[in-house]
Amino acid sequence: MSLLLLLLVLPLAASATAYFPLGRRLPPAVTLIACVGELGLSVAAATMISSSVRIVAVPNWLELDGFSALVLVLVALVSTTGALFSWGYMAREADDGHLRRYYVNYNFFVWSMLAVPMLVEPALVWTAAELTTILGVYLVAFDNTHESVEAAWKYSILTIMGGAVALLGFIVLHSATRYGEAPFTWTGLVALAPHVPAKILRTAFLLILFGFGAKVGLVPLHTWLPDTHSQAPSPVCALLSGVKTTVVLYVILRMIPVLEASGAIDPSRWTVPVGLVSVGVAAFLILQVSDYKRLFAYSTVEHMGIILTAAGLGSTAACYGAVFQILTHALTKSFCFFAAGMTLLAVETRSIASVRGLLQTAPATAIALLVGAIAIAGAPPLVVFLSEFSVLRAAVFGKHYVAVALLALFIAVAFFGMLYHVSRMVFGDAGTTESPQCVARPPLSCVLTVILSAAPVILLGFYLPAPLDTLLKMAAQSLSR
Amino acid sequence: MNLPIASLNGLATGLFLLSAFGSLATRQIQGCVRFFRLQSFALAASIFLLAMGTHVSDLVVVAVVDLALKPLLIPWLLKRYVRGELFRHREIEQLLNIPSSLLIGLFLTLTAYLSAPLLPLPSAAMGQINLPIGLAGLLVGVYTLAVRVEALPQLIGLFGVENAALLIGVAVAPNLPVVADMAFAFDMVVIAVVIGILTRITHERVGSTEIGAMRALKEVGIE
Repeated sequence: MSLLLLLLVLPLAASATAYFPLGRRLPPAVTLIACVGELGLSVAAATMISSSVRIVAVPNWLELDGFSALVLVLVALVSTTGALFSWGYMAREADDGHLRRYYVNYNFFVWSMLAVPMLVEPALVWTAAELTTILGVYLVAFDNTHESVEAAWKYSILTIMGGAVALLGFIVLHSATRYGEAPFTWTGLVALAPHVPAKILRTAFLLILFGFGAKVGLVPLHTWLPDTHSQAPSPVCALLSGVKTTVVLYVILRMIPVLEASGAIDPSRWTVPVGLVSVGVAAFLILQVSDYKRLFAYSTVEHMGIILTAAGLGSTAACYGAVFQILTHALTKSFCFFAAGMTLLAVETRSIASVRGLLQTAPATAIALLVGAIAIAGAPPLVVFLSEFSVLRAAVFGKHYVAVALLALFIAVAFFGMLYHVSRMVFGDAGTTESPQCVARPPLSCVLTVILSAAPVILLGFYLPAPLDTLLKMAAQSLSR
Repeated sequence: MNLPIASLNGLATGLFLLSAFGSLATRQIQGCVRFFRLQSFALAASIFLLAMGTHVSDLVVVAVVDLALKPLLIPWLLKRYVRGELFRHREIEQLLNIPSSLLIGLFLTLTAYLSAPLLPLPSAAMGQINLPIGLAGLLVGVYTLAVRVEALPQLIGLFGVENAALLIGVAVAPNLPVVADMAFAFDMVVIAVVIGILTRITHERVGSTEIGAMRALKEVGIE
């Protein structure tokens, strides 16, 4: 069986197995084994791609290139760390049936996210992207509290409506096939673009940008994101923030080469302003949050804006910055949510004001949270710093001085906001807050996950392996043209 | 031959728009579902007529699938997952009163008719009416979604938006692969199941399905 087909079958098989009541440990074990298998397969696929081997499972339907291989590996990686974290984190759930349903849905959710980069037929890509939203609803509402149910509603209604608008965009996009013989695929559309009236491509892109922008959390359609990403269980937050938003942004970014190929449309007219507004609004919202999970959620809006801005700038260097930022965001944001999950287990509150002196009461958790905040804020020498620096450098070389100035300002604001809040939680006197800090020893699987996720965040800041650099360059190439 | 098809399609799309207004005007949840059924019938009829007019046989399959899923399977799924008392609920709330909503709906329809010719969308000759009506249905659907505070009428608004997108889709892109159409239909069924279950959880947890009244999550600023 082809590598890609196997990748699609594995999560479904895990989901089916987790459904049966065969013991409390079976669903997490099966999920973790399946995720490790998916990670192995996707790394194998990415290695083949970086050695210039084409991967085509079903021509014009199921294929892989540099950009999609990168997204695939990231989805598989965060799913694996998420599954490992879930093992200990979800063990507090007393109801076996509820726990089984969590893992059944977890695997379905992973399946839909893996499908998006593998599919090349845009109509099916839309369906898979839509499924990432719908299959995530149960996971968001998992805690079954008033707040989590409300978050699930906001999430589903706004993002499914966005999906319907994007559907119209894909239908308009399909009318491009009247102007040539190329198939309705991403590469087929690039070939067709010079012959298609610019108005059709522009209308399709704007509908997709607006519709899927709601799923990505681009301002002003971001309101659901902090609610959802703060209320879902932490491993689900890691998936939602780390890769789910990226997977949908990937679909928007796939349209950029099509527009550039038409020769008559400059996508930066929309992507750069939308991206910059998202970065700016998120940076200032970070300053006034009161919930540390919302803090990381707003940082996701900021990062999505940075990626969209960078990809819109158009040069190969800027596209490299964009795909590098996709990589660093997925690695770092998932780590941040794991650290936030450990904090929640330790202090049982999401309120920043209720947590003081975490370093005294739960030192390992405090260090994880601090490293996460420093990393995601973009401090050197950690990996987000490198990706943000490469975006800013590409913008300077491209003479986009206004974009550089605004990006630098907003990144600085977010940096100080992030560190201000987290330092208040980590340092200070633990006895100054009213709420009791009932510290529990974190489950082993959670500690392991945090260590495993921290490793690339720190190490990639010092050394970027050659195959990964090649994959990033190939991804940038598929994005820039 | 084309004239009767175009006229019949005009009738079907007219019914489509009327049912969008119907779900905006009704005060009962069951009424909303009935109008969704009517709208889906009208959509299936329009797809079938376009299949005859454009000789795209795939569209017949799409029409049959639409007919089986939307007016039949989806309402059945909703009834299965959502408690009966919610279905029988009358006098459902909305943010604006019904006459005002209908006026806004009228304004949105006029906007759709005026803006449709500006869109660069080539469509089959007998399906030209689908574009303005689809756009009107889409805007009215989004408005329904915004103005309703109950879960199920919001969902019907959402389905109205998806139906409108498909009404435009079959006219603009009749050659869309049938696999994609099947995937769209599958997607709607999954939405019905997931949102149906979520509605039940909301009713159990919150005590009502008034989504508009849920205000637990908001930014409270630095404490």
